[in-house]
Amino acid sequence: MTTGAATEKRPVVRGNPVKRKRFRTLRAFVKNPRAIAGMMILGLFAGIAIFAPLITRYNPQASVFLPMQPPSAAHWFGTTNTGQDLFSQFVWGTQATMMVGIGGGLIMTVLGVTIGMYAGYKGGAVDAILNVITNIFLVLPTLALLIVIESYIRNTTPLINGLIIGLTGWAWGARVFRVQTMSLVGRDFVVAAKLSGQSDLRIMFTEILPNTYSILASNLMYSCLGSILAEAGLAYLGYENVNANSWGTILYWASGGNAMLTGAWWWFVPPGIAIALVGMSFALMNFAIDQITNPRLKSGKRRRKRHVTATPSA
Amino acid sequence: MRYFLNRLGFLLISIWAAITLNFILPRMMPGNPAEIIFAKFQGHMQPQALKALELQFGFSHQPMIVQYFQYLGNILTGHFGLSYTYYPTTVASIIENSLPWTVGAVGLATLISILVGTFVGILIAWRRDGALDRTIPIITMFFQSIPYNWSAFMLLFVFGFTLNWLPMYHGYSSSVNPGFNGPFLSSVLYHGVLPVVTIFISGVSGWIVGMRNNMINTLGEDYVVFAEAKGISGGRLMFSYAARNALLPQVTGLAIALSSIVSGSILMEQVFSYPGIGFQLNTAVSNEDYPMIQGMFLIIALSVLVANFIVDMLYVRLDPRVRTGGASS
Repeated sequence: MTTGAATEKRPVVRGNPVKRKRFRTLRAFVKNPRAIAGMMILGLFAGIAIFAPLITRYNPQASVFLPMQPPSAAHWFGTTNTGQDLFSQFVWGTQATMMVGIGGGLIMTVLGVTIGMYAGYKGGAVDAILNVITNIFLVLPTLALLIVIESYIRNTTPLINGLIIGLTGWAWGARVFRVQTMSLVGRDFVVAAKLSGQSDLRIMFTEILPNTYSILASNLMYSCLGSILAEAGLAYLGYENVNANSWGTILYWASGGNAMLTGAWWWFVPPGIAIALVGMSFALMNFAIDQITNPRLKSGKRRRKRHVTATPSA
Repeated sequence: MRYFLNRLGFLLISIWAAITLNFILPRMMPGNPAEIIFAKFQGHMQPQALKALELQFGFSHQPMIVQYFQYLGNILTGHFGLSYTYYPTTVASIIENSLPWTVGAVGLATLISILVGTFVGILIAWRRDGALDRTIPIITMFFQSIPYNWSAFMLLFVFGFTLNWLPMYHGYSSSVNPGFNGPFLSSVLYHGVLPVVTIFISGVSGWIVGMRNNMINTLGEDYVVFAEAKGISGGRLMFSYAARNALLPQVTGLAIALSSIVSGSILMEQVFSYPGIGFQLNTAVSNEDYPMIQGMFLIIALSVLVANFIVDMLYVRLDPRVRTGGASS
């Protein structure tokens, strides 16, 4: 390695150009139409979750209304077969589901980043062992594993579910970050930091991690979506305390209350659309990140428009 | 050869990990569920069955390590124990009856979604920034985020309940005799439409977007530019030159996607009461049928691991670089 020569030529490579580039990326992100659309959708649900007590008029569990009413002015999302107000259930469910999604997603991302980065940074035997563990968690069908775990812990709350989902779903992030770290670990600025005697942890979190922010962001988003989907699945299957209130438990009760066989579409339609919208908002933002940070996707192959102009890229 | 050994080694290690996880989980949990079950079934089961149960849940007073090897031995010889939901049927025979349903539905749906998704991906990448390229990825993102159980609900509600075009539940009609005969097979196909479409809806978007991005990358390669300069026809350039090489990452994608497809299948089977492995797993959990839970989890894990191994082997066939170069794990 010719690290000496490289560091001599550029003694202060540490961070600064990267930082400037990062802010440019951020600016491009908040101006990107797809990112704006995504942030608006996500913001809407975040708002519903935060202001749930102000939005709802009824207790979501109180069975005090006429059963099986289709949507009306009094009950925007109709009522259940036991006469509960579905709009209140939906709003409070948004809160629980968003918490599970963000909590589980954060746990997944933190674990994934730490394990992946550590493996990629250390290399050798540590990497080999961590990589095998990561790959095992990657290929094991997560939902089956979650079901087995839940069959031993009964009646979990959404928060415990978020925890379990987070603890089992980190493998994808670890894989991505391992590869990313491996590609960065030989770069000048990392070598310089090593030579200056910084600790491994410090190098990982202050030198390598800032270079992966776009990947970190998309990983966090997909982890959150993964948690929301996993929670919806688990709760639907009845592995969550059935008195809890989340989008998944609404689906559980809709299925148990035979909503499909009685034509009560208003019971099960909103949670599914909400989940898909949250997922779409993440996907939109991720598309924007991809467009900004991946030069090939950004520059636009002008296969068809070659003859028009040479440089349409902005 | 080195690659093959590497993959085989990983297959064996991951199978071992799945089995070990299956052994450790019930013993790690607070309030050993086996004790509760054991108390519940005392007097209802034959002594041999109780003995098997004891062994399976570490009720024997032998040291943990001995139990572990007994467990390993049982699994390796195909002894998953007896189900007590369907007592005295063995878990192994339940697996035998339900595995084909899951493998059939999941396999068919995956095959269709790969073919359709890859083809659509090629097309929209070719017409980069066209109307389809701007809309399809966003629309498919919406569909990809739909939970499997919800798309199953909607299909069941629209095509089963409202329109009454397709059957809503079960793998085949109760009026036909299971076996290799025309009425049974057509009944199976008829009942399989909604389950397969459910998995297809959630699965196809990943293939479209993946293929689109791969295509965009290969279309930027020098050899494609050169081929175009040489005057090769558009169709040939699109399929024989660009798409062929863009396909490789899709194969790797399959290995990753399998786990989520199988997870989705568990939800789908529950909605349609489809008699596959996932449905049995849920039945087992609601009946606290622990031997069956363990057996079902193990067979799901094993199937996915073996499928992954097959995909890896396929990848070597397709990409000679893997055979000669250093094995990338």
